Amino acid sequence: MNWTAMFEPMFFTPFVTGLLVAAVLPVLGMYLRLREEWLAALAFAQLAAAGSLAAAIAGAPVLVGGLALSGVAATAKAWLAQSGNNGYAILMVAGWGASVLMLANAPLADHLGHALFDGQLYFTDASNLWSMAAFAVVGALLMRWLSRKLLLERMFPDFFRASGLSAARYHLAFDLLAAAGLAFATASVGVMAAFTLVFVPTMIAYHWGRSWRQSLSIAVVVGMIAYVVAFQIALTQDQPFGPVLVVTMVIVATAAWILRKLASGKLRRNPTRP
Amino acid sequence: MAAAHLWAGPMSAAPCIELQRVEAGYDTPVVGPLSFALGAGEVVALWGPNGSGKTTAMNAISGSARVFAGTISRRPGLRVSHQQQNPLPLRDIPLSGRELLALTGGDAQTLPDSLQPLLTRRLSELSGGQLQLLQVWACLTAPVDVALLDEPTNNVDAAGVALLEQVIARERHRRAILLVSHDRRFVEALGARIVAVGES
Repeated sequence: MNWTAMFEPMFFTPFVTGLLVAAVLPVLGMYLRLREEWLAALAFAQLAAAGSLAAAIAGAPVLVGGLALSGVAATAKAWLAQSGNNGYAILMVAGWGASVLMLANAPLADHLGHALFDGQLYFTDASNLWSMAAFAVVGALLMRWLSRKLLLERMFPDFFRASGLSAARYHLAFDLLAAAGLAFATASVGVMAAFTLVFVPTMIAYHWGRSWRQSLSIAVVVGMIAYVVAFQIALTQDQPFGPVLVVTMVIVATAAWILRKLASGKLRRNPTRP
Repeated sequence: MAAAHLWAGPMSAAPCIELQRVEAGYDTPVVGPLSFALGAGEVVALWGPNGSGKTTAMNAISGSARVFAGTISRRPGLRVSHQQQNPLPLRDIPLSGRELLALTGGDAQTLPDSLQPLLTRRLSELSGGQLQLLQVWACLTAPVDVALLDEPTNNVDAAGVALLEQVIARERHRRAILLVSHDRRFVEALGARIVAVGES
């Protein structure tokens, strides 16, 4: 396998863009799982896809359409004071339904639709790279401010309320950040790859991490390594990137699960069984 | 994560919190009318039989129970921590003991040597009593004006209870403490002023 292909000029921009996505999404996933709202990743990704398609049909910038629709959904969810996965499940099916209807009735959006749902990372350009890089910088600064507040509100739910303060603005800020991150990521790696990068590294990190800080590192490392492997396989075997990443992540998740069971002794042979 | 700048300390003789004929509950009132004041540097214990509404009264102060009648007055800018009775249902969250204390700005340095090893362990590896001690410590040593402690001795062994008595004796000079406890010996050892709940 040629491990230098990803550094060739034609593939370098898509590779770096995806690497940024693979570093950023697991971090967002850690906090979405903290709030037991991991389904938000799929909801925001589906809505971003729907927004992008709508923008393409209207002749507007695709990225703006994705950002706008997922951002409106995050704001509406915060305004309605809905928490948990129920609201996100509704948003997810709404995004999927709208996308499929647009694809069925607007043949011009067909190419973009394939890119969004199959995850054709190789079609990303410098605009995707720079927008993702800018988001990574802004997101890192925002999360430095938000992290303790989100954790505190989860572990000591009355802490803000007892002091007459509201945590709503912190949740809204994070919702908007997650929506924007998923919109940028979906435009690059597609819906299911974005969701997988939020969900799987976080699931592994929650099982293996001994502290929050360590778990964040585990999630990012798992996401980036799986991404590099998937990118290389997709490139050298001429396969669509999104499904390859999803399959890679499933293999990684299964391996982590087996390792965990072995570590806890639950997969050792039971001597009472024949 | 430290938030020591938030602590205002006991600043005046005016009550931090004052309840006047408060009736509180969730769907319907379950406690009250209840009247008492909590002054700076004071330790007050809500005392009463099971089901008398002690926890509900505390939740009304923290804002998580509904006040149906009466008033709860608070000093402006009052910072309050609240250790709730039910243990954290969040053991799957990969947080270390040190990170838990850092969330509230709790003081990890003065944690006794016997409990220092808890700081580096994941919460899911702690016993119920160890987790309870860390939760109480996080709320009691946080930079707040009032600490609300709901059954702080639950699941805690005799050595842990003695430790709580020591730290409350130390912290009472820095902040007011309102607690709910079924442990009469613990309440008396603290020299707490007792407010009867649910007795006519």
